[in-house]
Amino acid sequence: MSANVPTASATTVEPTSDRPPHALSSFLRRLAREKPLGLAGGIVFVLLFVFCVLAQVIAPFDVNDTSLVRRLEAPSWNHLMGTDHLGRDVFSRVLVGGQISMIVAVLASALSVVVSVVLGMIAGYFGGRTDMITQRFVDAWMIFPDLILLIVVISVLGPGAPQTVIVLGLLYGIAGSRIVRGAVMTVREMTYTRAAQTIGASWWHILWRHILPNIAPVVILLFTARIGAVILAEAGLSFLGLGIPPPAPTWGSMLSGTGRSYMYIAPWLAIAPGLCLTVVVYSINMFGDAMRDLLDPRLRGTR
Amino acid sequence: MNDFVIRRCLALIPTLFFASLIIFCAIRLIPGDVIDLMLAQNDVASSADRDSLRAALGMDRPVIEQYFSWAGHALTGDLGQSLWQNEPVADLIAQRLPVTLELGALAILVSITVGVSIGVYSAVRQDTAGDYIARSFSLLMLSVPGFWLATLVMVFPSVWWRWSPALEFTPLFVDPVRNLTHILVPAVLLGLSLSGITMRMTRTMMLDVLRQDYIRTARAKGLKESAVIFRHALRNSLIPVVTLVGLQAPLLIGGAVIFEQIFALPGMGALLLDAVFQRDYPVVTGVFLVVGVTVLFINLAVDLAYGYLDPRVRGQ
Repeated sequence: MSANVPTASATTVEPTSDRPPHALSSFLRRLAREKPLGLAGGIVFVLLFVFCVLAQVIAPFDVNDTSLVRRLEAPSWNHLMGTDHLGRDVFSRVLVGGQISMIVAVLASALSVVVSVVLGMIAGYFGGRTDMITQRFVDAWMIFPDLILLIVVISVLGPGAPQTVIVLGLLYGIAGSRIVRGAVMTVREMTYTRAAQTIGASWWHILWRHILPNIAPVVILLFTARIGAVILAEAGLSFLGLGIPPPAPTWGSMLSGTGRSYMYIAPWLAIAPGLCLTVVVYSINMFGDAMRDLLDPRLRGTR
Repeated sequence: MNDFVIRRCLALIPTLFFASLIIFCAIRLIPGDVIDLMLAQNDVASSADRDSLRAALGMDRPVIEQYFSWAGHALTGDLGQSLWQNEPVADLIAQRLPVTLELGALAILVSITVGVSIGVYSAVRQDTAGDYIARSFSLLMLSVPGFWLATLVMVFPSVWWRWSPALEFTPLFVDPVRNLTHILVPAVLLGLSLSGITMRMTRTMMLDVLRQDYIRTARAKGLKESAVIFRHALRNSLIPVVTLVGLQAPLLIGGAVIFEQIFALPGMGALLLDAVFQRDYPVVTGVFLVVGVTVLFINLAVDLAYGYLDPRVRGQ
């Protein structure tokens, strides 16, 4: 974990108002120059994301269109990834499954970042007893394995997309609050924060206008680092039959359940969903790593 | 050192308290009535059943009282009675725990062997082709879902060579050889999927150490490069790697759920999943608690070991 953890340092971060108007494009140029592989990962992820979001437009067949005549067909031009034991087109199912994965991943990651920022800012800025109590709670939270916590909560709530998003968001949000807290504690000691306190700015104003913009890089890193983890966690849950319930196709559930016994006759069923998972997670991890190297001054120049 | 041990042990108390609250809330306070779910599962929904089940689970009492009664019993090792198997939950867990611990220990061994050697190689050959390949490999291991790797290992050797991993479980002390042939494949796969993190951490630590003054001194006094790496650098960078065991404990137990499911290993993960699908909540709560406490104590042991190996930590 800690190899992935972004550390914050206020030295790298200029206040947003001083940024040149083309900060984004100059950042992308720097990314392309210094981390071409990371940029490639980002591009692959965005492409796959667009494919999956447009799944219904691209998919050649309906995902639940069964046909006993064309069951377990090997991959061909008509069925790029073959068909499954009910004659459903695997390519279409992979696309739509990807759409579900991506939407869950983006929503859950966004929620987790919000939770991390709120908890981390409160604990980091106010310190003292508030911090002590939150930290003991986070300690306790972190001892539970992600998957076990997910299984237990989903078993009570029942499987479904909204539950999955909320539970994943809370799960990673609470864990990530540590990182935000560390960043906030650094920024809290900076002269500009002290100056704002001295002229009597409210804590709300300070958190919003001074702290938040200065921990922005950490927040961005947290978001990119979460997407891959969330996709894998959701796939694991679906694989165990606790994710988004059928007939909706998901990458995890395509590798489990009844389809599993047919893989010995139709091995292509075992490849596509897992390969998609791996490529998506690999590309976003590559992008996340490159971003960390660029945004995190402590690691800069070490590789 | 004594001070450090006492302080570290005292710090367990609030963590345990919050952990017990989390477990209790996760099961009892979430909307949706556990009793209704359990009865719906079994089509025996008369109101007498409901009341007696509620009383059996102690759910007719106030929430605060439920918590203290549950926590008090848990402290004495009483985790309640399974609803389906008519056996104490603690006994069920005691039967399953050794399997998961064996799987976990073997996986850690694989993860450290693979991860540390690749990590050292990668750090020593920083920015060479070998380093890039090693780093891509570790990123790949971080990105491949374990259940897919396991699926591939189940399907393709069977399709191509008619070989498939053994799926019949034999306890370790009954027939160690058969036990190992069964558990080795999942342990290697689980270990490989964790090795990505081990490799990354070893590499970072190693790079850090290689930049230290004493390494320059060691080189300057004319030591062979291998002596510098293995006797000076590796020793010191391995200390933080010890913490990896603690960091990986939750990942390991989470991964074990999936691998036990695929390879038909009767461990804690399999017990948890069965209990979840049967809505056997005393078992779910019990497994949840034992997993949390196990991770907590692994972390404690790791912290103490770390304090022993690195005197600077003790003062903090």
